[in-house]
Amino acid sequence: MIEFKLPSLGADMDKGKLLEWKVKPGEPVKRGQVVAVVDTSKAAVDVEIWQDGTMFEQLIPIGETVPVGTVIATLLQAGETPEQAASRKREAPAARPAPKPAAPAAPVAAPPPAPLAQRRPVSPAARRRALELNIDIEKVAGTGPHGAVTVEDVEKGLARAEPAPTDRYAEMRKAIAAAMSRSKREIPHYYLSETIPMQRAAEWLARENEKRPVTERILMGALQLKAVALALAKAPELNGFWLDGKFQAATGVHIGVAISIRQGGLIAPAIHDVDRKSLPELMRALSDLVSRARAGSLRSSEMSDPTITVTNLGEQGVEAVFGVIYPPQVALIGFGRLETRPWTDGGVLRAVPLVTASLSGDHRASDGIRGARFLAGLRERLQHPEEL
Amino acid sequence: MNETEIKTRVIAIIKSVAPEVEEGELRADRPLRDQIDLDSMDWLNVLVALHEKLQVDIPEADYGKLVTLDNLVGYLREKLAQRAA
Repeated sequence: MIEFKLPSLGADMDKGKLLEWKVKPGEPVKRGQVVAVVDTSKAAVDVEIWQDGTMFEQLIPIGETVPVGTVIATLLQAGETPEQAASRKREAPAARPAPKPAAPAAPVAAPPPAPLAQRRPVSPAARRRALELNIDIEKVAGTGPHGAVTVEDVEKGLARAEPAPTDRYAEMRKAIAAAMSRSKREIPHYYLSETIPMQRAAEWLARENEKRPVTERILMGALQLKAVALALAKAPELNGFWLDGKFQAATGVHIGVAISIRQGGLIAPAIHDVDRKSLPELMRALSDLVSRARAGSLRSSEMSDPTITVTNLGEQGVEAVFGVIYPPQVALIGFGRLETRPWTDGGVLRAVPLVTASLSGDHRASDGIRGARFLAGLRERLQHPEEL
Repeated sequence: MNETEIKTRVIAIIKSVAPEVEEGELRADRPLRDQIDLDSMDWLNVLVALHEKLQVDIPEADYGKLVTLDNLVGYLREKLAQRAA
């Protein structure tokens, strides 16, 4: 039997509210498939599963908020029968791991799934209606059989209690506050910056885009992401996580891209394997990610996988950005505004497009000298745009 | 398509990219990016929408001419007139 737990949704999100099951009990699931949709303070997240199997029991009802790590469903492995799974569950009821110890701190945390049977019966329709009306179903008195909560009870409940509107922006602000406070509390940041001549990259990109229809044009931001990914090959200590008191290098380069949300706030979901994507592939991935992030629809792996973050504040007109690392990551790369300024090259003063790249590094995981080499490598990569 | 029609279409496209834009507050003779939060990805999305809705492709080299809404509308009118001729 496979226990499917609510996966990590990033450092600043410790719980999620189940909005929808995408798979019914008895249906097969494939690795990478979206099986549920969970609402977080930042986005509705499509939760993927990373094993093949068959959906068996769904342990969490729609509308319930549970901490990350909670078993939300069980699945049958290939060849396993429901009877085998049921007997295994009887044999080892204690095997179900409770949510992380931190979980009880969250007042909305649901109890572990086991006591589900003792819950007050609530009809699925009532639960849906309560969600629509934004009413806490636990506070509604049930008048149905065995105290069951019916749709009518929910609607009567509405008449009594004004629904508390969930303010996504306020929630997001809280999540960002928690993650950034943790970062500044725990991570000894060091900061480095480097001015990078961008004439070659800009000219190459202009020539490239001249050949491309408007739908396939590439932005400088994609070039910068690729250059970061390639430069990280020689600076593995910037790409990974600080966990359990030590650095753990990541196996892939999954860059979290800081995306501002139009209504306010920020989210930094990952583009996977940036180092292995061609520029057109990367541009499509970036464009897709930005539009989905702004529409509030992301995948769980995009939320939990970033191994480093890149932020580009140049568009807002700043020269350089010194960012706050998103824990448990250990580095953040910032790009400022691309601007033509005076520059000397071989003793000759010229007007050259320049960009300031910066690195915020976690001094527990790397030293300034390594960070400096990374920025030099990044600068070098951007001098050979045709190789990106 | 006359200038007013083009302007209506362009504003609709800008609003699809930046829904917070209030049409009444948009000054057509002032730089768009000073009034609307349009990053390069948003701008590219505006151009892709112009390509889809009006079948006009704007080369990167012309971006510099398209600072205000008036610039953009004038540019499109010229391109559409060229095509009709």
